[in-house]
Amino acid sequence: MNQSLTDQEKKILAREKASRKSNIQRRRISQNIAFTFLWLIGLAAIAILVWIIGYVFTKGLSTVNLEFLTTRPAGGFDGEGGISTTIVTTVYLVIFTLSIAAPLGIGAAIYFVEYANEAQNRSKFIQWLVRIARTGVEVLAGVPSIIFGLFGFAVFVSYMKLGFSLLSAGLSGACLVLPVIIRTTEEALLAVPESYREGSLGLGATKWQTVIGVVLPTAIPGIVTGIVLSVGRIISETAVFWVTLGGSYRLPQNLMSSGRTLALHVYMLATETRAFDKALGTSAILIMIIMILNLAINLSSKYFQKRLSGK
Amino acid sequence: MRSLQSNGKPKITAKNFNLFYGDFQALKEINVDIPEHSITSIIGPSGCGKSTFLRSINRMNELIPCVKTTGKIFLDANDIFTQDVVELRKQVGMVFQRPNPFPKSIFDNVAYGPRAHGLKNKAVLEEIVEKSLTDAALWDEVKDNLHKSGLALSGGQQQRLCIARALAVEPQVILMDEPASALDPIATLKIEELIQNLKKEYTIVIVTHNMQQAARASDHTMVFNMNPDRSGYIIEYGKTSQIFTNPHEKITEDYISGRFG
Repeated sequence: MNQSLTDQEKKILAREKASRKSNIQRRRISQNIAFTFLWLIGLAAIAILVWIIGYVFTKGLSTVNLEFLTTRPAGGFDGEGGISTTIVTTVYLVIFTLSIAAPLGIGAAIYFVEYANEAQNRSKFIQWLVRIARTGVEVLAGVPSIIFGLFGFAVFVSYMKLGFSLLSAGLSGACLVLPVIIRTTEEALLAVPESYREGSLGLGATKWQTVIGVVLPTAIPGIVTGIVLSVGRIISETAVFWVTLGGSYRLPQNLMSSGRTLALHVYMLATETRAFDKALGTSAILIMIIMILNLAINLSSKYFQKRLSGK
Repeated sequence: MRSLQSNGKPKITAKNFNLFYGDFQALKEINVDIPEHSITSIIGPSGCGKSTFLRSINRMNELIPCVKTTGKIFLDANDIFTQDVVELRKQVGMVFQRPNPFPKSIFDNVAYGPRAHGLKNKAVLEEIVEKSLTDAALWDEVKDNLHKSGLALSGGQQQRLCIARALAVEPQVILMDEPASALDPIATLKIEELIQNLKKEYTIVIVTHNMQQAARASDHTMVFNMNPDRSGYIIEYGKTSQIFTNPHEKITEDYISGRFG
């Protein structure tokens, strides 16, 4: 075939070959530049994170000891005392909020993913309702938390006269994390292969048996992740609880008691006292809790994945 | 027009059955008798409605929105569309193209159907699981690992697990949608052997793309074809030996000899 080429054509061919070689070099160089750049960005992100956590830990951990963890705050201009009651209040609030939000959120997600389509075929009105509900969830997920706080204050604290209490705070907190739980559960359900549903229905299981027997167990890791994320959200939230939980640092006696979560305590120590070191110490505890939670997510999802894949 | 009659007592009967996806007609005027205790294979080019017809028999198509049907399908003498769908699927089991064991133990996979139908007695469940796995030619391979996940098995074993899972419900009919297309030749052969043994107790309808499989594994063959408007219809139906040696229709001959499709 080469013989049929004229000299002119051979020259063009040679030039093209040469340019292809240099082209490879150029592509290599641009790839290396891109990788270096991405590495630097990644390092910068980690450096900032390490800086923040390092700062909080080095400044804050000096105030943290067993006494700090086990004595209650005593108030005052110097932020006397420890953080024991705020830890307990945080735990109470998390449990109460999730006991409202988790069943509602998971239930709503199951309806949206497994049942809404079927119902939509039956009536235009239901179709319309479902669309509004879906849009509502999406909008709520992006609403700033202080708005939930104001809502909670207006409705639960004032209108329903529940006062500054665990009850008001839990209900408001539930509104805050509901969209998170609904969306993560929806994603988890959508990730369940359609073939599992077909397999189950094909055996003569009812829709509900299919959801309970195959779909939910398969989606559990994703749902758990959503719940743990909400736990983190509640623990780190200040705005909502600032206007619904009050700020009492006494130990809550019942659902109508006012209280103060860890994050709220950090905020109050930092703004209303001179005990900035104690604010940092409390922050260090908060960060540790969040880290442990994330570790729990990783471990549990690994465990579930292992169990599901059967290795 | 075409010989759609076959020997043996009919188990499944379709009468003027049409199926639409929205405005698109996928199946046109399906009239057919599928005899009891036999293996009927459905062959035909891609997209001509073989799987759609198969999935109509246990009303699996109802999971897809905007599917509409006209005409009737009978199981024995009962109209399947007036029957309770859960009850119907208990009688008409299905094995899918890709093995789809649940992410549960082998035991729980097989026991899933009986449990769904309300069986709780552990001893009885164990018996059913053993019998189903034995009938599906899987028992010897898994009897020591019943509590291992079904997903840890090989593809061929998974498919036999799915067959065992279907058998555990004690259906009368088993629908198979290209059950061996995702498997290697050895696993395929195992499945075919297994299907031969099952026909004593069950009526089996199997969609396949594999001509040799249809020729060697089935008693009756149904050939689907596509109209110019892309709707599927049955062009020929008869004994497998007749279809493969002496087809009445030119299109059938072209299709089975590999000239199109």
